[in-house]
Amino acid sequence: MTTTPRKRIGLYELTWRLPIIVWQCVFFAGPVLFMVAMSFFLVRNYRMTEAFDFANWERMLTRGFFWDSYLYTVMIAAASTVCAMCIAFPAAYALALRASETTRRWAIFLLIIPFFTSYLVRTFSWFVILSESGVINALLANIGLGPFTMLNTSFGTLVGYMTLTLPLVVILQTVTMANIDRSLIEAARNLGCKPMATIWQVIIPLSKTGLIIAAIFCFILSFGDFVAPFYLGGSQEPTLPILILDTTKSGQQWPRAAVVAIMMMLTLFAIAFAGIALAYRKRKGAK
Amino acid sequence: MNSGRLLNIILGIYVALIFCFVFAPIIFSMIFSFNSQRFPTIPLGDFTIEWYEKIFADADIWEAARNSLIVSSSAAVIATFLGFCTAYSDYRYTFRFKGPYLALILLPPTIPLIIMALAMLAWFSKIGISGQIYSIVIAHSVLTAPFAMAVIRLRLNQMDPDLEAAAWNLGGSEWATMRHVIIPFCKPAIASALFLTAAVSFDEFAVSWFVSGLNKTLPVVILEIVQGNIDPQVNAIGTFVFLISMTLVVLAQIFFASRQLKSIRS
Repeated sequence: MTTTPRKRIGLYELTWRLPIIVWQCVFFAGPVLFMVAMSFFLVRNYRMTEAFDFANWERMLTRGFFWDSYLYTVMIAAASTVCAMCIAFPAAYALALRASETTRRWAIFLLIIPFFTSYLVRTFSWFVILSESGVINALLANIGLGPFTMLNTSFGTLVGYMTLTLPLVVILQTVTMANIDRSLIEAARNLGCKPMATIWQVIIPLSKTGLIIAAIFCFILSFGDFVAPFYLGGSQEPTLPILILDTTKSGQQWPRAAVVAIMMMLTLFAIAFAGIALAYRKRKGAK
Repeated sequence: MNSGRLLNIILGIYVALIFCFVFAPIIFSMIFSFNSQRFPTIPLGDFTIEWYEKIFADADIWEAARNSLIVSSSAAVIATFLGFCTAYSDYRYTFRFKGPYLALILLPPTIPLIIMALAMLAWFSKIGISGQIYSIVIAHSVLTAPFAMAVIRLRLNQMDPDLEAAAWNLGGSEWATMRHVIIPFCKPAIASALFLTAAVSFDEFAVSWFVSGLNKTLPVVILEIVQGNIDPQVNAIGTFVFLISMTLVVLAQIFFASRQLKSIRS
């Protein structure tokens, strides 16, 4: 149901179309564009002055600490994505292809709950559970192991990332695999395909798009999170979000923080576009 | 077939382990909130409501709770209004630049919150609206509008496309049709969107922390307590916040379910 394209836009139509344009231009596009402009501003005597100068870019991009942090953030977000995808897969496989419809619905409903609990509180909870004298080490001590240092390590950071991303990844993978045409899996089995081979050659290729989207979301969430690396990773190796936080909150160096933020956004755009191109690339020979 | 059953059992245990991991921090936080130890471990200490007494006696926390309620309810109303307008525009019209138009509302959740926090802090300071409660309201309405739009758009999908045209043919103006046909049809989705966006706003801390100035919301208070030390009050506040969020989500779910039922009945 569409109106003819060349008609003059009436008041009624404008009433519904305009609010979001105005609101998001002022309060969403505005901030993002201003941040880009701000990356060229200068800070003199702790005051930001409008300018067009590459000083911040030069200062950030020629420093080793920025690139160390950049590399570390990309690596640990990638590690988080690989972990989440691998850990989630068997569970999603079971829920999508082996469980009943009712079980699957309940599982997805339960997995949505964490999104509405405070991520901070969950992180704090992990902090207590993983600490030297925490629950896990107390349990391990009973069987004569430990104590293990889990906080202030990359392991701690990863536990935090998994808390953030795992429910979402399991949900996305489950939904994707549940939508596969079952008859194709049956056909593979009837033709003598072993279960593992079915997974690799039938299920994964058929759910490629959904899997890649799950991975992209997982990467974006891990890449942009400052809570896990800060509280569980001890920010010994600061990730880019921590760099933004420090530069903004303590140094008043907003323009430099803007440079970091823009670099992060460019990275995420590149990864998202590459992922989407990969997801929708047609297979050879397929129309 | 025996190996199939064995595999099912193994997979079942695996799924259970994943759920343990996901729910462990939530459940432990609730347990710790009633535990007398400052550094909770196993074996657990005595049962206590000390931490709850502390937070209920704390004026700052009441203030923050009040701010949180104001912010999440106002942000929910604005976001749902924006979401409804956009969902309806998308449903009813095709127009040039529809892609960028939809991107405008759908993009915010794909940008890391810390970046939105910095961008909004800088822009809000520039145009002189930072550090107020309404600054958080504005920021949250931008961030949550896409969720409202998605919920309402799904509902519009279920509407018979001839319904609107029928109302026009019967002599209703576009405005009357909106009021008497479309809004009543979308009511459950609108209610659902209100609770959903309120719940998302209620838990958001990064952007709130940056733009709020001295007007802290509950998650910002949690953030500041956590920064200082280990304080089980966090668990008590967290349990409290969890109950509020879950109430909102369950309410959203009830409206969602009632909408499904109605569409089956009709």
